[in-house]
Amino acid sequence: MRDTASILHLDLDAMFSAVEMRDKPSLVGKPVVVGGVRGRGVVATASYEARAYGVHSAMPTAEARRRLPSGAAFLGGRFSAYRMTSEVVMAVLSELSPIVEQVSIDEAVVDLAARENADLSVAGVTALGEALKARVAEATGGVTASIGIASSRMLAKIGSDLNKPNGLTVVAPGQELAVLHPLPVTRIAGVGPATAERLRQVGVRTVAELASKSLHDLVTLFGKAHGNGLYHLARAEDDRPVVPYREAKSISAEETFERDLTDMPALTREIELLAQRVVRRLRAANSSGRTVTLKVRRYDFTTLTRSLTLPHPTDDPTEVTQIARRLLVQAGATGGIRLLGVGVSGLSDFVQQDLFTDSVPEDDEAEALDEDAAPSPGEVARPVQPRIWHPGQDVRHDEHGPGWVWGSGLNRVTVRFEGPGTPPGPVRTFFADDEALHPSEPPDWRRSPE
Amino acid sequence: MAREVLSDAVAWTARSLPPRPSVPVLAGILLEVDGSQLSVSGFDYEVSARAEVDVQATESGRTLVPGRLLAEITRALPPHPVDIRAEGPRLAITCGNARFSLPTLPVEDYPSLPSMPSAAGVVESDVFAEAVGQVAVAAGRDDTLPMLTGVRLEIDDDRVTLAATDRYRLAVREFAWRPETPGLSAAVLVPARTLADAAKTLTSGPEIVLSLSSSGTGEGILGLSGKDRQTTTRLLDAEFVKYRAIMPSESHAHATLPVGLFTDAAKRVALVAERGTPLRCEFTPGQVTLRAGGTDDEGQAEERCDVEFDGEPLTIGFNPSFLLDGLAAVHTPRARMDFTSPLKPAVLSGVAEPAAEDEGAGGGRAIVEGADYRYLIMPVRLPG
Repeated sequence: MRDTASILHLDLDAMFSAVEMRDKPSLVGKPVVVGGVRGRGVVATASYEARAYGVHSAMPTAEARRRLPSGAAFLGGRFSAYRMTSEVVMAVLSELSPIVEQVSIDEAVVDLAARENADLSVAGVTALGEALKARVAEATGGVTASIGIASSRMLAKIGSDLNKPNGLTVVAPGQELAVLHPLPVTRIAGVGPATAERLRQVGVRTVAELASKSLHDLVTLFGKAHGNGLYHLARAEDDRPVVPYREAKSISAEETFERDLTDMPALTREIELLAQRVVRRLRAANSSGRTVTLKVRRYDFTTLTRSLTLPHPTDDPTEVTQIARRLLVQAGATGGIRLLGVGVSGLSDFVQQDLFTDSVPEDDEAEALDEDAAPSPGEVARPVQPRIWHPGQDVRHDEHGPGWVWGSGLNRVTVRFEGPGTPPGPVRTFFADDEALHPSEPPDWRRSPE
Repeated sequence: MAREVLSDAVAWTARSLPPRPSVPVLAGILLEVDGSQLSVSGFDYEVSARAEVDVQATESGRTLVPGRLLAEITRALPPHPVDIRAEGPRLAITCGNARFSLPTLPVEDYPSLPSMPSAAGVVESDVFAEAVGQVAVAAGRDDTLPMLTGVRLEIDDDRVTLAATDRYRLAVREFAWRPETPGLSAAVLVPARTLADAAKTLTSGPEIVLSLSSSGTGEGILGLSGKDRQTTTRLLDAEFVKYRAIMPSESHAHATLPVGLFTDAAKRVALVAERGTPLRCEFTPGQVTLRAGGTDDEGQAEERCDVEFDGEPLTIGFNPSFLLDGLAAVHTPRARMDFTSPLKPAVLSGVAEPAAEDEGAGGGRAIVEGADYRYLIMPVRLPG
């Protein structure tokens, strides 16, 4: 714990749905759910309007549909749009301090003490926090952030959560325990449902109650590492530094498809391209890895990973491809896949070379299938099939301009023509195979509307 | 019959019994008396084993008994003659004052053992055992690629070549034999573990007969018959890699190593090489420096060893266990290592000792053996 409030935690408010509202003005003020919108999908993010109806992330979408009134939007998610916004926010933060640690797509920690001539008084960091909030909202075209500033990472994070959305909480040095102790124990990182339940059984609900337990009791209950951690966190003792750049523990590449892929030849081809991308980056980093991981996001938004560890590190694209394919067979492609990722971890700086990489007779069925069924690579990757449009997807119509898919079915697709900065736009319906209608890149809110 | 003879035969057969039989009868050992001969057999559809023991028998017959139990009993019997007789559905074993009665398994459900294919040729049993041991060490254990779990056995008239690889190293051994018919030519893939086990335990007689049925597709069988023992194994139905193409055809540098000293040094240095991290070998004229470890949170080790080295200085990295396996299989006091580049396979082979005083058979054989074994190691690509 530092003696100044010099650690800033920033969390974008319901980021996915905020980006959707920015890019789709007709949705402003409505309940918006981003996630798996078909079948057994789950909610990834719910807007604050939707949260008012008790909808929260990880809830089955079907349940969310029951709770929300008509007029709520259920969107399939546009990760490249979210990533663009995230990059803009991270750039804003790096203007603030040289030490910025990105925790996830919508979360980052900044070490304010690393600023030159930093004013770390409570008044100084409060002014800085307010200015940063305004700057983020401006740079993102209206996506707001909540900020916590405190003397440790733990309290900065807790602070960012106290006044959501669009809030700023500065925990003045010396006030840490006053803020922390009344909170429920579940607000401490590392207290999940299981730990919370065991604590409840011994009568601990708040952090103050946790702080009253002896180290001995906590170690007996939770083992040495976890018990020790809880003991210190309950006292706001947290010295974790802000680490601007972590040494890569894995290298990966992923791809979201414009429509769910089900056929093996196309998936196999995608895996090959991803493996090649990963291996290029692996080699550029002079690295190799032992564990190959395949990430699969299904049509319903459930995400799973499968991995396999080799006896030796590799940087061979063929080997990475073959393993990833095998993992895909394990994971299954039933129902359709919207995202694939291939990663390599367990990194080393040496490679056990293979005596006959180029001369092994292939007894792999997937290989045979690929050879037989796949025509030329270009054709497989994007098959010309009846097109599937998923709700929320960005499109452009030759005549009507940019818009997004409002709904589709029965070989029809309904598009709302609007974008960031436009007023709510009109809706038009086309045949799903209308040649004037094309999938497009996410709109850039920084450009003036067309 | 004598306890010793019986327990050896039973123990040998019991080794090939499946630990988790797919059908209960396969856990059994088949005892058959025919005239004055008792045969002790086991079979799991892949491998069959059959040992023969001379006995004084009153009548012929066959019975199937739980194999592991029989092996444990015969091993524990006192050193006296053993009497075995069928008593209805049970088997009675008497030896000295000890008496056992075992339940039997339904012998009529037991599959018939594959018949021994026709003989292909004869090889000295200890040559065969050594050759198989030298080669099987390079076979792989991961059966996703069946090819890598086998030993390739190639017959070309009076020469036999064995080869195995796990894709990181390749061991090849040639030896002479006497084919049944001159000009015989064949190539099969034998499960490495089974072959190694059989070759090692068939050394009681001076020679082994190899039998081969590679008639149809896929259902090939290799038979090995030693003195009183015979075993068959199903062949692997997989293509073997064209390994001769991998053998380097040129050598840009070579070292001659004292196998014992170099092995000891490599073992010591390898103690700090965890999880397959490489052993760096820096060859310069007159010596090699071995290093392992390196980063701050690992141990580090370094040791020099005197070697003869001919060529441009070279640093090459190996997985330590691959290197040590090869050194242990060379079976000569000195070994030669040939290099083309730090990224190409290195070839380890035995060095013929100059037959100083003895020009006889022993010296002559050492020369042949040294040249007949080659162990390729694919190096580890080192950083930088």
